[in-house]
Amino acid sequence: MSAATLVRTRPQWTRFATPAVSVYVALVLLLVVGSVLVGARGGMLLDQGGILNILTRSTALGLVAIGQTMVILTGKLDLSVAYLIGLCSLIGAETMAGDPGMILPAVLLTLACAAGVGLVNGLVVTKLKVNAFIATLGMALIIRGYLENAYTGPAGEVPRVFQHLGYDRIGPVPISALLMLALAALAWWFLTRTRGGYHLYAVGGDEEVARFSGIRTDRVVVLAHVLCSVAAGLAGLFLASRLGSGAPWVGTDAGYDLESIAAVVLGGTLLAGGRGGVAGTIGGVLILATLDTTFDDLGVTPFFKDVVRGAVLIAAVALYARRRGLR
Amino acid sequence: MRKAWLTVLAAGALALTACSSELPPADGPASAPPESSAQSEFFDQSEYERQLALRDATPEGPADKPWEQALEPEMVDTSEYAKDGPHHVCFSNASVDNPWRQVGWKTMQAEVDLHDDISEFTVLDAEAKDDKQISDISSMVSQGCDALIVSPNTTATLTPAVEAACDSGTPVIVFDRGVNTDCPVTFIHPIGGYAFGATAAEFLSQEVGEGGKVLGLRVLPGVDVLEHRWAAAERIFEENGVNVVGTEFTENDSATAKSVVSDYLQREGQIDGIWMDDGTAAVPVLEAFEDAGMEAPAISGEDQQRFLEKWQEENLNAIAPTYPTYQWRTPVIAALKILNGEQVPKEWILPQPVIDSNNLGDYVTAGMPPLHYGLCGCQDMPGFPQRWK
Amino acid sequence: MTGMNGTTTTTGAGRRLRLADGTAPVLAVLAVLLVALAFTGPAYSEPAGYLALLKRAAPLMILAIGQYFVIVSGGFDLSVGSLVTAEVVIAARLIDGDEAATLWVIPFVLGFGALIGLVNGLITTQLLVPSFIVTLGMLLVLDGAVFLWTGGSPRGALSESFRMVGREGFDVPLIGQLPWSVLLLTALVVAAVLFMRGGTGRMLVAIGDNQTAVRFGGGHVERVRTLAFVLSGTSAAIAAVLLGGFAGVSAQVGDGLEFRVITAVVLGGVVLGGGRGSVVAAMAGALTLEALFSLLNLLGISGGLESTVQGVIIIAAVAYASVGRSKFRTRKGTS
Repeated sequence: MSAATLVRTRPQWTRFATPAVSVYVALVLLLVVGSVLVGARGGMLLDQGGILNILTRSTALGLVAIGQTMVILTGKLDLSVAYLIGLCSLIGAETMAGDPGMILPAVLLTLACAAGVGLVNGLVVTKLKVNAFIATLGMALIIRGYLENAYTGPAGEVPRVFQHLGYDRIGPVPISALLMLALAALAWWFLTRTRGGYHLYAVGGDEEVARFSGIRTDRVVVLAHVLCSVAAGLAGLFLASRLGSGAPWVGTDAGYDLESIAAVVLGGTLLAGGRGGVAGTIGGVLILATLDTTFDDLGVTPFFKDVVRGAVLIAAVALYARRRGLR
Repeated sequence: MRKAWLTVLAAGALALTACSSELPPADGPASAPPESSAQSEFFDQSEYERQLALRDATPEGPADKPWEQALEPEMVDTSEYAKDGPHHVCFSNASVDNPWRQVGWKTMQAEVDLHDDISEFTVLDAEAKDDKQISDISSMVSQGCDALIVSPNTTATLTPAVEAACDSGTPVIVFDRGVNTDCPVTFIHPIGGYAFGATAAEFLSQEVGEGGKVLGLRVLPGVDVLEHRWAAAERIFEENGVNVVGTEFTENDSATAKSVVSDYLQREGQIDGIWMDDGTAAVPVLEAFEDAGMEAPAISGEDQQRFLEKWQEENLNAIAPTYPTYQWRTPVIAALKILNGEQVPKEWILPQPVIDSNNLGDYVTAGMPPLHYGLCGCQDMPGFPQRWK
Repeated sequence: MTGMNGTTTTTGAGRRLRLADGTAPVLAVLAVLLVALAFTGPAYSEPAGYLALLKRAAPLMILAIGQYFVIVSGGFDLSVGSLVTAEVVIAARLIDGDEAATLWVIPFVLGFGALIGLVNGLITTQLLVPSFIVTLGMLLVLDGAVFLWTGGSPRGALSESFRMVGREGFDVPLIGQLPWSVLLLTALVVAAVLFMRGGTGRMLVAIGDNQTAVRFGGGHVERVRTLAFVLSGTSAAIAAVLLGGFAGVSAQVGDGLEFRVITAVVLGGVVLGGGRGSVVAAMAGALTLEALFSLLNLLGISGGLESTVQGVIIIAAVAYASVGRSKFRTRKGTS
């Protein structure tokens, strides 16, 4: 199937741009308002440190959210990513054990383990017909049990070379953020330009219809789960490089499970699947990071942050729903 | 064509110069300070003995201000950091997600208000995320703070960030949990977890006697300070032939703690002593005995208002080793000393008072919230008690 | 009720079987667990042991009733955990140890729970935001707002009379002390069963099964779905009264309850997405979960392995239920 036919069979892809565009409009507005508020207190939101902060903060969440987008597009979700991130940071750091020669094997092993977890998730969802919510919640509990049993704190050591991944930057832009954006671009290409991506949307739109039109829906769902887990594995590796070691609770302390779902939905992807995309997700991630950084600069308490985060999430999705309703 | 090449070259050169890393330099950790984690085994014999001995040491400093006292201080010169005021002090906080940190945080803010030479006090709260605290510290370093106070979320993972902060030339003050480097000007902490756990265990061993049944209640596995408390207690109980019927994790949830104790009462029939690594759930634990129609056991708790009040009302057989919240005052005092070029202890070990039935009355203030900590050292600060309510 | 009939396209088995759909497996598992408990724990050889288990399970079972209403009508309520915490903290601050205040604080707490449920329901049905997102947002808002209000940690104290229902009981000949919470639980179970037998209850299931059909049949879909959220919020308030009563003020009291109660409901054979499962089975699921925890404790499996076992069991339970059902469904689909 060529690109041309793809566009013809799925002309509605242009419509996906709308929520994504509004996310970025909201982001720009937020940056302006944030700059004014921070400026009024004599600070500066978008100085080198501020940009660095927003982008660094976006990186781990961005990686997880890219994966989560895939799963949500198929109409499922993944609640196991937070524990998986901790597990992957440990696998990576312990395999490296401070030896630069072990970086490649460690990365491959980590991603393989992550893919394995995703595969199990996907198979449980498709073959055992367990609702994704329960399947991934169960997987989260299983990983949590292993982590609680086997670890009492940070473990393993990342070689210095690998730490450059987490700390190097070009001007105010961290290398890792660029890599995350590159991955996002790759995901965008996969979703909008390939058959696999088309199938993902189709399954999310209506699984029955997709099956009748000859798509192997089970495979698509498994693929989405594997991709999601691999993305979480990458986030785990990135965090290991930031922390210098693996940490069992690095994913759960940050609440990457619900936070990534929030970012995806904030980015205009439909929770029921079938609509949305990675571009919006990255916008959603940037909005959350900008909110955080602005509140930090304003010296707001974390409790207030939660209130605003919750309200923004509901309001944004209500607006999308309203717009869809009008159209 | 040539022009294009030149542009590319120029752009490349620009990019190269702009290319930089936040990565702290390689001359890594020199010597690990006592409260190091990262090892899976949480016991260090020499540190254990040191802490047990420190309990009997006489502190130096004003007797009525334990937060200014220090045990066996080795003073270091700080004249290189001397600066004219007023000062901009920064604080990277791990989190405010539990009552202990809440009380401490309020106390620290009150301490800052006491000093006119602090013109600006910038705080970033890491919300218990290591990764955020790393970013927080680096963004504070770039903000031009005169002094940086850090309360690390995790020992091992925050070490590189603290090292980077030290290298920026800003005086760094670390308190509560430590880091695996001695680059901070001073590291402030009470005696430590071994002393805490041992004091409680010694009391209980004496009360329940050889063969007495003790239940250990812990919050979570894997938190260094808490692991040290249990490691010490375990040894003391073994030495004294106390029968430890079990150790359970409660995650500080009252309902869980109460259920666990009820289960044990059912199973064991009787429990003589309760050892706790964190006293938050002490009152629900005592209620489990009440509801089962049993006498209150010998118990070790902490300096939470709710527990102290119950202790006072019911004349419990109890002890409260403490991890005093007044340590939140010390970093601010230390920062100003350093910026004045005054000497400070390299490792500033604060006394760790123990509450027993004799001095109980000194630590209970009527009308404080249930999870207020008696050892906040805030009783004579302006705004007390409203500010802590 | 035409909607209900319209969607009952299943074969002769009819509606009776469907109402009991998935109830049998969970009851079997529960029976096995209770027998196992009797063998491992000496306390479970007499009624007092089981009453203690029921007392402990009561808050989760009550939450399960509320969550069942939401799930069976096709939604989620993730806000119940933080709502429980919020209610306990609010009650403690308002009562502040004053016995006289209890009288108005308990209705206030129940009203607040209902109000949060109403807000969840209205945003879900009127603004068309998926309930997962609405209640996730509500979770964040409640978590932050309540501690913003109390300045970071709980304040005040609960009164003895507030705590009575969750903590105390009354003496009954033969079985010993009967906890008030068990009595309350029994009343709520009866009420829930009667409610589900009534028109509104049936419509709730029908909406979860096929919302459009109910709407064409003239049912007030939005109103009934909102009601489900209100009931869920109220159930969280009742659970908060019990939990606060049982163990006093705590900032962690509701931590993780949302996932635990959804697990419980699903364990009871209620299908996420709605339309299937019974309220009794949902409560049996909650009791099963608590019995499982008690058993693991008695066996000395604590800490890490406990969550692993829990994870495996919920996946296995749901897989068992849905693989069995889907065979039935595919036959229907292809015929």
